[in-house]
This record gives sequence, structure tokens and C-alpha cells, in this order.
Amino acid sequence: MDPLFKAQAGELVVAMPERGIDPAWLGRPLAELGLEAGGRLSAVRVESPAAWRWKTADAAFFARLLGELEATGQKIALRGLPPELEKLLALARGAPPAAAGARPPGIRERVGLRALSQAEDARAFVALLGEVVLLLPRFVAARAKVRRAELIEVLAESSSRALPIVAVVNLLMGAILAFVGAVQLKTFGAGIYVANLVGIASVRELTPILTAIVLAGRTGASFAARIATMQGNEEVDALTALGVSPAEFLVLPRVLALSLLMPLLYVYGCGFALLGGMAVSMPVLDVSATAYVAQTQQAVAGAHFAIGALKAFIFGALVALVGCHHGLRAPRSAAGVGAATTSAVVNSIIGVIVLDAVFAVCANALKV
Amino acid sequence: MNVISIEDLTIGYGPHPVQSAISAQIGEGEIFAVVGDSGSGKSTLLRTMIGLLPPHSGRVVFQGASSLGVLFQNGALWTSMSVLENVMLPMDLQGELPRAARRALARFKLALVGLAGDEDRYPASLSGGMRKRAGLARALALDPGVLFLDEPSAGLDPLALRRLDELVLSLRDGLGITVVVVTHEIESLYRIADRMLFLDGETHRPVALGVPAELARSAESAKVREFLSRVMP
Repeated sequence: MDPLFKAQAGELVVAMPERGIDPAWLGRPLAELGLEAGGRLSAVRVESPAAWRWKTADAAFFARLLGELEATGQKIALRGLPPELEKLLALARGAPPAAAGARPPGIRERVGLRALSQAEDARAFVALLGEVVLLLPRFVAARAKVRRAELIEVLAESSSRALPIVAVVNLLMGAILAFVGAVQLKTFGAGIYVANLVGIASVRELTPILTAIVLAGRTGASFAARIATMQGNEEVDALTALGVSPAEFLVLPRVLALSLLMPLLYVYGCGFALLGGMAVSMPVLDVSATAYVAQTQQAVAGAHFAIGALKAFIFGALVALVGCHHGLRAPRSAAGVGAATTSAVVNSIIGVIVLDAVFAVCANALKV
Repeated sequence: MNVISIEDLTIGYGPHPVQSAISAQIGEGEIFAVVGDSGSGKSTLLRTMIGLLPPHSGRVVFQGASSLGVLFQNGALWTSMSVLENVMLPMDLQGELPRAARRALARFKLALVGLAGDEDRYPASLSGGMRKRAGLARALALDPGVLFLDEPSAGLDPLALRRLDELVLSLRDGLGITVVVVTHEIESLYRIADRMLFLDGETHRPVALGVPAELARSAESAKVREFLSRVMP
């Protein structure tokens, strides 16, 4: 390769190869290409063959060369370049540098920022909960700004469209419990107590939890996605600009719908869970339907139903609140909608399990 | 030499045509603008030309173009990658250059669009105009023979738009790139476009093809004259 650079009377002469610079040179130090350090330069002169047709790699090369030569503080003139290439270089070099602060944060900073963001998230959730509670009297007095069509849509989304999946999940859960119980209890000659196991476990614990988890994945996720999309389209801003609180217009109907419908879905789910248990017990344990129902009636007390229904009510409110909360706090982008949906489902499920544990502790303390 | 021939094209989404009887020849190194009413099918024409939509009838023929670069309306950056990675990816996929050279070229292209220093930022943290400029840097990554720009002016301030126009002119004058640009920006149209095609959203047909300044004076369609007279050259 002929030398690319030579110093000549205070100028650096760049002898351009006929095919322009090899783009691979952009990744090599200029010293490797023959540029000698030191010496005072006032200009770079380009000697190019007539057949040279420049490309953007040539422009990138000269931008880098000038950048490195001028790093020492001296101003370097550039001669001998085609005018269009000079214009392109001027565009690239004339751009104002990005504002300071673009440096990515370090690990400690990231942990701190994450903790602050979580704390702010928790505060916003509590604020939303408080706002919804304070709005309840307005709703009862029929003064809340809620569109009837919106409320009906939310009710349909949370009820009739959720019926098939709630039925299937609870039916299978009852059947699985009965299978597991039957195998163990049969060895003690206590097969009929499968009805007790299925009845108490599903009515008190599993049906509220499973129904809530199903609704978290289905309805809570849909609330989050819908509101996050509205956030991205500035629909939420438009509401606020009209003086309507998003908590009143968007969150309140969803929380009310889900918390009121969940106990109904719970009763419906319990029916299917007990049916699943009975469908397995009858052939496996050879018990009659009458005996199974009578045993269930004897085992499941009213308190179990009351606890289950109360859990369903609270889980419903939680799933709706968490979904709406993540929707309202979503970044304004398509990716934000996905992130809000994922967070809503994960946090709803965690919240349901934590609340169930709190219920268990309280019920144990109250000996219910 | 013509680089693109549009031959009696009918275009649309689904079964409904939005424009028909589009014919035009676009020469090497020409800056060709597509203008028209909102909803007249400008972006649909561009998407059909680059092969994202099949034409209802007719065809688009490319002759001798080495590669295409496309700037989409919203920049279309990949959100899981930094700005620099977005610009490097076409070169990474081509796999011809060492990584350090790809990185240097990507940095230069970002500097060209005024994003020097923003290389490590992610698309979510950029403004709409910055995303658009990063999208342009990515479209330029492989030194395309034909550059398609879909509404490049949207989201740009007047200075950034002028800078973009200068960049497009420099690339055309220096490298002979052919540019097809969909635009609403009349000032920019006069500044850069050699010829323009006007798509009429009411008749669903092109109603003017020619040099913008000449069409502003003597286009047959009053709508085209009125459209172009909002800003006179």
C-alpha cells in the first residue's frame, strides 16, 4: 500500500487511493495507517485521482482525521475535497453535541433509582386506592362522572365473557383435589371425606384464588392494556384537561364492576369445583351423588362461604385496581402497553396470594 | 437512466383501491416527491414501491439500484436496541466490515443527522424528531442507491428540517442517490424536489406530474395550484 499520509511544509497531504479508503480502516488507529504524531499542522490537503468517487466511508474517515488532529486545539483547514463531500463533513461536524447527562447510570445509581421508582409506584397505588374510596359516596349518590356504556362494557368483559374459563378451571381443580384425596383417604377407609376436602378447600381457599388469578390474567390485563393504550393516545390527558379525574371516569367503574362481580363468579366457580369433585368421587369411591352432596353440606359451614365471598370481593377490587394503576402509569409507547400488562398480571397474582395469607392469619387469630 | 419505473399501478389496502393509473419514471439521482391530500394514498404508494404491499395491478420495476434505504413515518427503530445498535444492525447483518469500522461508520451517520452524543440512548428516551433522524441514519447505513422517505418533516423543527434537506441534497449531489420522498412540507418540496407527483384523494388518481415551480403556475388541476401556492418558491 502506498503511504496514505505525508507531511509537507506544515500541511498533511492525504493521497487518496483511486477506490477511496477501505471502510475497514475506520476501525484502525490512524497511527497504524501511517499518521505520525506531533508536529504543527495548519491544513490537510487531499490529493485524489480523477476517477475517485467518494462514499460515506470517505466522509467518515475525514471527519475522524480532523477530529483527532483538532483534539490538540489547533484549527485545521481542509483543502482539495469535492464540494459535496465538504458539505457533508460540515453537516456531520457542525451538529451541536448532545446535552450532558447522557452518561448511563452506574450500578449503585440504578439500584437507588429503581428503589425510588418502586416507592413512588407504591405511593401512587395507595393514592389511587384512596381516591377511589373517596369517590364511592359520589357513585352511590349517582353524581360520579361515569358513562353507562363504559360500565356495561366493563361488566360484560368481567362477567359473561369470563364464565367459560372460570367454569373449566374450577371444575378441573375440584376433580384434581378429589383424585388426590381419594387415593389417600381410601387407604384409611375414609373415602367419603373427599367431599369434606373438596368442599372446604375449594369454598374457602382455592376457588377465590383461582378465580382471581384467572381474572387477573384476563380482565386485569385487559384493563391495563386498554388504559395504557389510552395513555399513549393522550386520551387520559384529554380527560384531565376536561376536568374529569381518570380515577373517577376509568378506574371507579372497573373496580366496582370487578369487586361486585367476583362474589358472583365465586359462587359460580364453587358450583363447578364441587361438581368436579363429585364427578370423580362417584366412580372412584363408589359413592352416590346424594351421599356426596349430604357430606358436603355437613362439612361446609356458612363461615367458609362468608370468608370465600369476602375474599372474592377484595380480590376483585385488587385485580381491577392493580390493572388500572399499571395502565395509568404506563410509558407512552407500544412497548409501554406490553410492560403495563405484564406488570398488572404479575403484581395482581402476587397481591392475591399475599392477601390470602393475611386472611389465613386473621381467620386463625379469630378462630373462624 | 431511469432507476424506477412505475407502470400503470393500482394500489390499496385490502380489496379497496385508493389510487389507480399511477405511472412515472424516476431517474438516477433524482429527488422525486409524492404529495397529495391526507388519505390519498401517498404512504400506500411508498409501501407498494418498496414491496411491503402487493399492487392491485401494474408493477414497479427497479433498474440497477444497489440497495434501498427506507425511513418510515415514525422512525421504526427497534426499541430493544440503542440508537447506535439500530444503525449498526444493517451493517452487522451484511457482515462485511470489522466491528470497529461498523461502529465508526454508524457514529458518523448519526453525526450527519445531528445525533452525535446520543448513540447510547434508547428509542423510548428520544423525542419523535430524534427517532425520525435516527431512522434516517439507519436508512443510510448501507449507502443505499435509492432512499425512500415517508414524511421526513413530521416532528422536526424548521432548523432540523432545513438540515435534513441539506443532507438529502448533499447525498444526491455527491453520491448520486435517488430519493423518493412523501411530504406535506411545501417549502421543503421546493427546496429539494426535482419533480413531484400529486395524488388526488377525491378522484383517486394522480392529477399532476412535473417540476413543482412549474406546476404551481400552470398545473391543470386548480387543487394542485392552490396546494403549491401556499408557499411560493
